Order: sequence, then structure tokens, then C-alpha cells
Amino acid sequence: MADERIPFATHAETTVLGADEIVLNMGPQHPSTHGVLRVKLRLDGEKVIGSECVIGYLHRGVEKIAEHRSYTQFAPYVDRMDYVAAVSNGLGYCEAVEKLLGAEAPLRARVIRTILTELQRIASHLFWLGTHALDIGALTPLFYCLREREEILKIFEKYCGARLTTHAFRIGGLQYEAYDEFEKDVERFCKPFDTRVDEYESLLTGNRIWVGRTKGIGILTAKEAIDYAASGPVIRASGVKWDIRKAMPYAAYDLYKFEIPVGKNGDTFDRYIVRMEEMRQSRLICLQAIENMPAGPIMGKVGKVLKPPPGEVYHAIEAPKGELGYYIVSDGTTQPYRVRIRPPSLINLEAFDKMIRGHLVADVVAIIGTLDIVLGEVDR
Amino acid sequence: MANDPEEKQPSASSPGEPSAPKPPATEGEAAPKPPAAPAVPAAKPPVAAAPPKPPAAPPPPKEGPVALDNDIVKRYKAKFGEAIREAWIDRKQAILVVSREQLVEIAMYSRDEEKFDWLSDLTAVDWPKREKRFDVVLNMYSMEKNERLRLKVHATADERVPSVQGVWATANWEEREVYDMFGIVFEGHPGLTRILMPDEWQGHPLRKDYDILTQDTAWVRENLGIESGQ
Repeated sequence: MADERIPFATHAETTVLGADEIVLNMGPQHPSTHGVLRVKLRLDGEKVIGSECVIGYLHRGVEKIAEHRSYTQFAPYVDRMDYVAAVSNGLGYCEAVEKLLGAEAPLRARVIRTILTELQRIASHLFWLGTHALDIGALTPLFYCLREREEILKIFEKYCGARLTTHAFRIGGLQYEAYDEFEKDVERFCKPFDTRVDEYESLLTGNRIWVGRTKGIGILTAKEAIDYAASGPVIRASGVKWDIRKAMPYAAYDLYKFEIPVGKNGDTFDRYIVRMEEMRQSRLICLQAIENMPAGPIMGKVGKVLKPPPGEVYHAIEAPKGELGYYIVSDGTTQPYRVRIRPPSLINLEAFDKMIRGHLVADVVAIIGTLDIVLGEVDR
Repeated sequence: MANDPEEKQPSASSPGEPSAPKPPATEGEAAPKPPAAPAVPAAKPPVAAAPPKPPAAPPPPKEGPVALDNDIVKRYKAKFGEAIREAWIDRKQAILVVSREQLVEIAMYSRDEEKFDWLSDLTAVDWPKREKRFDVVLNMYSMEKNERLRLKVHATADERVPSVQGVWATANWEEREVYDMFGIVFEGHPGLTRILMPDEWQGHPLRKDYDILTQDTAWVRENLGIESGQ
């Protein structure tokens, strides 16, 4: 029964329920839905037999706004999509426009971009870990996670003056040179960070409650993950060894050595393990990068008025949540003709229905948490 | 860097036209026009009338659409013949324009034979001045070959596009979003409803003739109890 794709009728009057079934509404205001996500659950007792996600509560029409701004003016808007990982959004957009222009950022700029983006990945994963554990009932990790995340945000603040919506990068390179103590700060954060990850793991990995709440919950097989175009840690936990940083390197990722952690079972526990390991790998990338920072300019030659020749480009990066793609069409003017943003959260959320069927109401929050969605990005 | 003070007036007809008068061109005019390649989709809106540009720009980017006829295009053409309408490469990315009627077969073939098993993205672009105003765009990726390929389908506002959600499950929500934003109807979609906008909303916001300040005033008045959402 769980395999059948039962269409879940949207309107109450057309929903035919069995004698034992009820429809339960969760959200849009619910503490564990990570924003304004509304989920309609079809229940048989406490078992979920169908679900429907209702999204759009945070829709701001970012793609429409893009068509009425110049390429440069639109750059800060992308930070407001995945506001937990604004730096990654900015990297994807800047690189997509650079590709459209046929330009490339200088090496030093790309290295600094890589460092900041990897720090952002750690910050995003830390925030995910804290809130995910909190949803499942482990209060403690949140405080440790936010303590470390704070250090990263301080580095961002020192670098560009903002903590969350940073607008750290510019099309063609960077506006700001790394500040004097930049390498030291990154090193001070990264050196002891692996023991911190061990610390979080000591709270959770062997914890019987944690294992009970995550093992075997929300299984997504590799085939399903590909069918649903899941990306990022979600598809890697299902055993697909694919990371855009390796497959189609961008920024300066081709210079550094790192592993792609993969899971086996595709359940909530594996996704947890994959993300924990990714934090360790990101730390290694940062340490390699600060070891020899290339000298040189930080801004490429892109001109002051950006007028990409007519044409189109699709550029994707490995954001903390998965493949973040920008499809930009230029008509040769100073404003993009069309900007399509492929948000990893939205596409990963699509597999939610597949993952929740057959589980209990209590697992809903575990599965929403493990998908690591940010509604600013889902709704744009 | 942002010195384009001429904010484009949000008028319905603006998108296809040459840009607003630009500020005095500075040293780094970045975009010399690429040589007009014959493979440019014939129906692109007229942007050729751009003012002549100073021959500046140190590294002249040789970007822009160029006709493509490599192995993969040959295989597609051998299999589907006339259904592969055009093929070109733009910024090193291959693009195929295919027949709307045979989209599902071509998608199946792409997934199973060419191994483009992972659909990155499905979206649309509106060219209101064209006879067939919509492009439905599928960005496919192959895990096995580590390659991307883009399929395009042209459609008028009244034509239905076959749904590919039976080929890639992920297309379900993306087609709903395209329907929501552009009003393109997908034939064979199991539940084509709005996804981001409210169900009762009138109009499709990402169409070019939908002004940026336009809204469904009646909906806003009724549901939010205010005169304007702006």
C-alpha cells in the first residue's frame, strides 16, 4: 500500500477517507517545520499513509525581481533564499554570471571564495544538526553547534561586515581583500574543530534514543533518489557517490584533496553520518587552502556595466543542501531576461511523501529535519 | 559596480526591446557582440539593434551560440530524425530543440539510452513576440557520463506540453511551478495545481506581460483585507 502513489486530493470535499482515517494539518506555524511549511497528513491511527506539502507562504517572486534589476543589483537578493547559507548562494550566482560573460575570477579570489563557502557549509550543517537534534528531543547539541557557528559568523563579519546575508562575493571576483588576521582566524577555528565534531558525535551517534529515532526512518533508495533528483547529502546517504565539487569542479576545488562521504541505507541516520563527515572534510579543505594562499588580484576584468552577450547558461554548485543551479538567459541588455533558480531544498522536499509513508506522526519532524530544508529557498 | 541608474520601467512590453539608454560607456565594456551564428534560434526577440559598441574589452569572450553536430546530436537525429529541430552549443553547453509531440519519447530515450537519468531542472522562458511564445527547458544530467544536456520545446499559450513526470518523478512539482508561473498546461500530469501562488490567484506572474507591480487585487482585498499588497 505504501508503494502506491495515492493522489492526495487538495480540497476537503473531494477527499474520501476510510473509516479509520483522519487528516491532520501540521503548520504553517509549527515549531519544527523550520519555517512556514504546511504538511497535510493522512493518518490511519498514528501511521502516515499519505501526505501533501503545501508551500508558497514565503514566496517573494525572486525570479521576477531578477528580470527588473541589473545583474549586479540582483546579487544581494540571492542571499535571501537560503539564508542559512547565503555565501553559497552568492557563489553560485556570481559564477553563473561570470560564465555568461565568459569571464573568470582570479585565482586568489577563487581560493578565498572556496574558504568562505566551506566555512558556510560547516555553519549550515551545524545549524541543521542543532535544530534536527532539537526536533527529535536532544536539546544539548544545539548549544554546542551554535557556539561553533558563532565563530564562523564572526569571521564573516570581520571579512565583509555582515553575518547572515553577507553578499560576500562580486561578479568577477571579490570586493574585499582578506583581512590581516584572516588565515589565523580560519586556522584557529579549523584546527580544533574535528574534536568538536567528535564531541557532537559522542552525544548522538551511540545514543540509543537517537539511533532509535533515526535508523530505518525515511529510507530513500539510490534509484528513488535519482528519480526524485535529490542532491547533496540526501543522495549521497543513499549510496550515490556524486558531488559537484568533484564531478564538475568550480571555484578552486580542483586544487584540494577531500573525500566524498557516502551512506548505505539512505535513512535518517545515514544522512546524519554523511553530514558529520562532510563537516570534517570541509575543515580539511579550509586548512589546505590557508596553507598556501596565492597572491594576486582579487577582481577580474568584467567592466562596470555588465552586458553579457545573448545566450544562456546553466551553472550548478554543490550548496550545503545539494545542487543549487542558476539558469540565466541573457538578451544582451544589462538586465537578465530570465533567471531560474534550482533550489535544492525544494527538490529534496519533493521526496518527502515517498519517505514518510508507513512511518509515525512523530517521524514527520525527523524527516523534515533530515532533509535540511530552508523555506526561504523552497518558496523563493 | 552597479551603475545602471536607468531602472527599466516596469512596462509590459519592455523585455524584448533594446535596453534603456545606458550611462556613458566606460573602459570595460565587457560584451562585444559575438559573430551572428546561423544556428541562433530564429525566433529570438529582436535584440540585434543594439547600439554599436566600442571595441574595448581586453579578452574578447568568444561566447554565444554556435551550431552543434557532434556524436550525441547525430545519435538523437538518427533516432528521431525531424523531431530534433535544432542543435547548438552555447557557453560549452549543448542544447537541443525537440518536437513537442515527441517530448516523452525523447525524454525516455535520454534517460534510458543516453543515461541522462537525473533531471536537474525543468523550467520555462517566455518570449511574447515569438509565434510560439514559450520555451519549456529541461536541464538533464548524466551521473554516468558526467555531462549535461538541455532539451527545449516550443509551445504557444494554448498548446499543451506532454508531462515528463512519468519519466522523472521530480518533474511533478517543477511542472506545477511552470504551470503556476507561466500558465503552461502539461498533458498527463496527475495533479496540475498551483504550487507557490494561492490556488485562487488569477494570472501567471512570470509571463512577460505580467507587470512586476501587477497583482490579483480582488484576491488581496478578499483574503488580506487590504487594498494593495504593495
